[in-house]
Amino acid sequence: MAFEKDLNLDATELRLGLPGSSDESAKNQTPATLRSNNKRALPEESMSSNATASKNCDQETAPLPKAQVVGWPPIRSYRKNNLQPKKSEGEISGIYVKVSMDGAPYLRKIDLKVFKGYPELLKALEEMFKFKAGEYSEREGYNGSEFVPTYEDKDGDWMLVGDVPWEMFTNSCKKLRIMKGSEARGLGCV
Amino acid sequence: MNYFPDEVLEHVFDFITSHKDRNSVSLVCKSWYKIERYSRQRVFIGNCYSISPERLIARFPGLKSLTLKGKPHFADFNLVPHDWGGFVYPWIEALAKSRIGLEELRLKRMVVSDESLELLSKSFVNFKSLVLVSCEGFTTDGLAAIAANCRFLRELDLQENEVDDHRGHWLSCFPESCTSLISLNFACLRGEVNLGALERLVSRSPNLKSLRLNRAVPLDTLQKLLMRAPQLVDLGIGSYVHDPFSEAYNKLKIAIQRCKSIRSLSGFLEVAPHCMSAIYPICGNLTFLNLSYAPGLHGNKLMKLIQHCRKLQRLWILDCIGDKGLGVVALTCKELQELRVFPSDPFEAGNAAVTEEGLVLVSAGCPKLNSLLYFCQQMTNAALITVAKNCPNFIRFRLCILDPIKPDPVTNQPLDEGFGAIVQSCKGLKRLSLSGLLTDQVFLYIGMYAEQLEMLSIAFAADSDKGMLYVLNGCKKLRKLEIRDCPFGDAALLEDVGKYETMRSLWMSSCEVTLGGCKAVAEKMPSLNVEIIDESEQMEFNLDDKQKVDKMYLYRTLVGHRKDAPEYVWIL
Repeated sequence: MAFEKDLNLDATELRLGLPGSSDESAKNQTPATLRSNNKRALPEESMSSNATASKNCDQETAPLPKAQVVGWPPIRSYRKNNLQPKKSEGEISGIYVKVSMDGAPYLRKIDLKVFKGYPELLKALEEMFKFKAGEYSEREGYNGSEFVPTYEDKDGDWMLVGDVPWEMFTNSCKKLRIMKGSEARGLGCV
Repeated sequence: MNYFPDEVLEHVFDFITSHKDRNSVSLVCKSWYKIERYSRQRVFIGNCYSISPERLIARFPGLKSLTLKGKPHFADFNLVPHDWGGFVYPWIEALAKSRIGLEELRLKRMVVSDESLELLSKSFVNFKSLVLVSCEGFTTDGLAAIAANCRFLRELDLQENEVDDHRGHWLSCFPESCTSLISLNFACLRGEVNLGALERLVSRSPNLKSLRLNRAVPLDTLQKLLMRAPQLVDLGIGSYVHDPFSEAYNKLKIAIQRCKSIRSLSGFLEVAPHCMSAIYPICGNLTFLNLSYAPGLHGNKLMKLIQHCRKLQRLWILDCIGDKGLGVVALTCKELQELRVFPSDPFEAGNAAVTEEGLVLVSAGCPKLNSLLYFCQQMTNAALITVAKNCPNFIRFRLCILDPIKPDPVTNQPLDEGFGAIVQSCKGLKRLSLSGLLTDQVFLYIGMYAEQLEMLSIAFAADSDKGMLYVLNGCKKLRKLEIRDCPFGDAALLEDVGKYETMRSLWMSSCEVTLGGCKAVAEKMPSLNVEIIDESEQMEFNLDDKQKVDKMYLYRTLVGHRKDAPEYVWIL
């Protein structure tokens, strides 16, 4: 084994494994993460290696990282949205939504349930993405910033964060997007 | 064949009720086709884009009950974009304009707008039954229209729909004159309901047999409802949270004991597990128990409840029951035919509480088991082989290992042999879902042995095109094939394009098929719609035939390309 390590055979070994199962995630990507529908750009060169990848069953595959593969495990969205997993009696699970920011290389996820209201949410977003949202007013939206927090609601429409009561927002928000610059014009930005 | 007058043949055909049989009857000769089509009352359309409403109406003027399915199955798992299609409005519109006296509409995975529900409610005087499963696009306003306008409504059954709840008064819209309800299921609604209206509705519905409440119905209302409807056969409890020393709880105990007909129990959407003893009196009669939305019920309380359910035939449960709990099921539920174990925490792959051990126990204790959906942490070949031996009667076998390419943890081998044993032993297997580490070998077995297989779901499996070819060549009765993240390419796709005309549909996503391959299928088979779903709009800019297609959905159709596809769906 030591001999193999010196030759760095591990680094060039082609195998089918999910990310997290070894350090060389680039070589070991399965079609799953290559085709994932998120906005990340994935290395193209690994695609060809998968058709001929040999299986190395001796190496233990690590369990999938949380929520990495779209549509797996195959559970109906309704069930996912409505099941509150038991943590302890009385505790309710979080509402995790994706947060994207225009220009950022990858998305984040936040739990809406940990915030009591809009001020806390905005503060957390500002810290996460290093921007300032400006002052919210019902009439003019977010003043004083080129970044505007928006969200996609259940109907698929993009809405300004802050217009509806907090609980209604957490129930209908599917994902967040921090819009920037010219796209945000018309949403109450300077 | 003209020995009997038409009326006699029609009378004989009345006894033939299954869709498959009636379809066969219609193919015998022209005269049988004619008699059959005039007498047909129930039609099932598995893919709403395979035929048009106009042709349906033309062929079956006596239509009373229509079942329609819209989006492909993988839409359940967010693999199909939101507005892909499956709109019911054109169907209701066409039926409304015709003379069809529609009485029943059953929809699955379709987009249902409030406008459609309103049109439906106003267009068919004798409309009796609406069943919506996994649908979306409507609000409680649409339900209000149904309640208000369908004077003879017997059934309103909403299963796992995404409904925009306007917290309105839809329940109050049932007029005082409405006394015909047999089945009311609104468990999937999230909002408040008018409890007084609900109590009055139940009071004036002497035929009510099935009642499934939502989370907003509290325990003391439940108790009142049960007092008014002791004839219930199917009960879905909304909220089951209360103080065990309260008056309401005592009244509930009395009310439940009067309900001697309850055979099916579900819900417990909010549950205080220390109060389950009130339920025990009805457990002995239950044939269906669905606790899959009740994560608060686990451990000893859950096991004690199950121990009372000796006649159970179908059990839907969460994996927090654990292998030990499944052992209790195995000892108690000797009549069990269907078991579904759902994950209580889907993304924490390391915490799933059931393994191959629980499944083996159930297979040993419940020889009548014929339908399985099992989400688990791991599976071994040895376990599957044992299960196959214990239960040769499987019709549906769906296994989901939370880590989709996990090998047998004991031997580190793929699970080919285990699934092979299942298909070899279960000669009546109609539906199979695979997971775990799998090579081409498992597909060789499936092609060889799964002669009755109608639906197959594959994910993250196989080594080469051979896998798909074994299945396409071997499974003569295959109707639906759905594949994701497998190395199947054009060679497999194009080997026998005629086969797809014998199937309802084929889904392939994140595989190796190219645009050129899909075009070739479309060109050779004009009776198929070949859809490319591409949200990233890559297809627009790069029309290279060698480009891999992210999502392809093809299905046979008699009516050509659909006109309602969104921009990102390209029909070749």
